[in-house]
Amino acid sequence: VATTTTTVPSAGPVAGSRSFLSRLREGDEIARMITFLFAASVVLVTLLLVFELWQGSALARHKFGFNFFRTSTWDPIFDQFGALPFIYGTLVTAMLSLLIAVPLGIGAAIFLAELAPARLSDTLEFFIDLLAAVPSVIYGLLGVFIVVPLMRDYLQPVLKNSLGFLPFFQGPSYGVGLLTAGIVLAIMVIPYIISVSREVLLSVPRDQREAALSLGSTRWEATWKVVVPFARGGILGSIFLALARALGETMAVTMVIGNTAIISASLFSPGYSIAAVIANELTEATSNLHYQSLIELGLVLFLLTFILNGLARLLIVATSQRGAGMGNA
Amino acid sequence: MSSRLRWRKFVSGFMLTMTGVCTLVSVSVLFFILGYLVYHGGTSISWNFFTKLPAPVGETGGGMANAIVGSGKLLLLATLFGVPIGFFGAIYLAEFSGSTSAFIIRYAADLLNGVPSIVIGIFAYSLVVLPFKQYSALAGGFALGLMMIPITLRSTEEFLRSVPNALREAAMALGASKWKTISSVIVPAAYRGILTAILLAFARVAGETAPLLFTAFGNRFWSRGWTQPTASLPAMIYTYAIAPYDDWHRQAWAAGLVLLGLILVINIVARAILSRGIAVPRS
Repeated sequence: VATTTTTVPSAGPVAGSRSFLSRLREGDEIARMITFLFAASVVLVTLLLVFELWQGSALARHKFGFNFFRTSTWDPIFDQFGALPFIYGTLVTAMLSLLIAVPLGIGAAIFLAELAPARLSDTLEFFIDLLAAVPSVIYGLLGVFIVVPLMRDYLQPVLKNSLGFLPFFQGPSYGVGLLTAGIVLAIMVIPYIISVSREVLLSVPRDQREAALSLGSTRWEATWKVVVPFARGGILGSIFLALARALGETMAVTMVIGNTAIISASLFSPGYSIAAVIANELTEATSNLHYQSLIELGLVLFLLTFILNGLARLLIVATSQRGAGMGNA
Repeated sequence: MSSRLRWRKFVSGFMLTMTGVCTLVSVSVLFFILGYLVYHGGTSISWNFFTKLPAPVGETGGGMANAIVGSGKLLLLATLFGVPIGFFGAIYLAEFSGSTSAFIIRYAADLLNGVPSIVIGIFAYSLVVLPFKQYSALAGGFALGLMMIPITLRSTEEFLRSVPNALREAAMALGASKWKTISSVIVPAAYRGILTAILLAFARVAGETAPLLFTAFGNRFWSRGWTQPTASLPAMIYTYAIAPYDDWHRQAWAAGLVLLGLILVINIVARAILSRGIAVPRS
C-alpha cells in the first residue's frame, strides 16, 4: 500500500491516473497552461521593472558612481547631479514620522489587542482599515490647508520659544518643511503599525498572559514585560513596513515639504525628498543625464523598500509562527 | 496594601489609560479627515462640479466633469488589465502550481506590492509613454492595473485556498475534470471573497496620484480617445491644491470629498459582502 504514488486531488498539482490526452481533452492542460501564462506574467513584469530601473539609470550610475550619494549639487543646467539633499530629506522625514507614529501605534495596538472587548476592538480596527484606505493626495490636501497653517501659527512658535536653544527648532516658521512632512507621514503610517501589531499581539499565546498574571504581576506588567517582548519581532516588522511606506510616500510629502534642495539642521526648514523630486522633475527632465539620475533615485527607493519589506515579512511570519507553535488555540 | 503595590497598580492603570488615549487619537484622525472634507467640500460641491469642464484660469465656477470621466476610464483600463492577471494567476497558484513556482510567483507579487507608487509611475513612463511619445489614458491604466495585480492575486489565492478540500474531492469523485471543478465549484464557492478582493484593489488604486503624474498626465478639456492625456480626480486635487487660486482650492476640497466618499463606500461595501460569509461552511 505504501508504494502508491498517486495523490488525492487537493490544492496541489494533480498527478492523476488519467492520461495526458484525456486531460487535454477535458481542458485541464489548457486551463493549466493559460492560468500559468497569467501567473508567469506577474514574474515577468516584476523582472522587467527591475531591469528598466537598472538599465534606465546606467548612464548616471557610471558617470557619478558613489559620488551621487555624497554630493549635494543638483544642477540640471551644468548636468551635475548629487542626491544628498533628497536622501537627507527622505530619511529625516521618515525618522520623524516613526518617532511620532511608533509610540502612538503600539499604544493603540496594545489597547485593541489586550484591553478592548472583541466587538469594540473589531469596530475600531474597521475604522483603522478605513484610515489606511484614505489616498495620500487627501492627506496632502489636509496637510496643505490644515496642518501647514497650524504649524506656522501655533506649533512652530511654541517649539521655538520652549526648545529654541536646540538647532532643530530654529529659523523662520514657513509652515511647510521637514517637521510638517514628518507629522503628515506619521498620521499616514499609524494605521499600518496598528493593524499589523494588533495581529501579532493577538497571536501571543494566552498562557503567557495567564502565567504572568498568576505570578502576581499587574495587567500592565503582564502586557509590557511578557506579551510585548514575546511579540517583539512582529512589532519591529510592522515598524519596518511603516518605514518602507514613509520612504516611498510621494503626494502628501511633495505637497508639504517645501521642495527646496537644501540640507539644514533645522526641522522648520523646507526640504526635499527622493519621491518628491521624481514627481516634480521627471516629466521636465531636459537632458538624458538628468532623466537617468531621476531613474537612479527611483532605483534607490525601490531597493530601500525592497529590503525593508522583505525584513518585515520575515519578522512578522516568524513571530506569528512562534505564537502558533506554542499551541495558541 | 503596601505603597509599592499601590504604585504598581497606579502605573498599570495609568499606562493602560494611555493606550486608550493612543487609540482615541489614532481613530479620531478619520473623523477629523471626514469632518474637514464635508465641511470644506460640502459647501463647494454643486451640480456644475459634476457637469462642467474646468473654467479658464482667473474665472470662477466650472467643474471637473472631465476628471470624473477620466478617472472612470483609467480605472476601467486598470481593472481590465490587472484583474484577469491577478484572478487567473491566483487560480494557478491555488490549484495547479508546484511549490517552487508558487514561491517565485508569490515572491514577485509581494515585491510588486511593495514597490512605491512613484516607481510604478517611472516604470510605466519608460515602458509606455516614452516609446509612443504620448501621455495617454492607456499608460495611466497600465500603471494602475500593475498596482491592482498583486492585491487581487494574493487575496484571491487566500480565498480559493479557504474553500474546503471536501468540495474539490466531491466534484472530482463525480467525474468532473479539474477545470470543471474549478470553474463550477471552487470559484463560485469563493466568489464573495474574490469580489471583496477586487473591490479593495479597485479602491486602493482609485486614489493613486503619483503613478498618473507621468502617464495619464492631466487635461483641462475632454480627452479625445484613449491615447490622449487624460484628467483624473486625484491628479486634479493635487494640481488645484497647490495652485494659488481660492476658487481652485474650493474645487479641490469638493473633488477630495467625492473621491474619499467613493473610496470609503467601496471599502464598506466590500467588507459587508465578505462579512455575510463565504457561501460554503468551512470544514
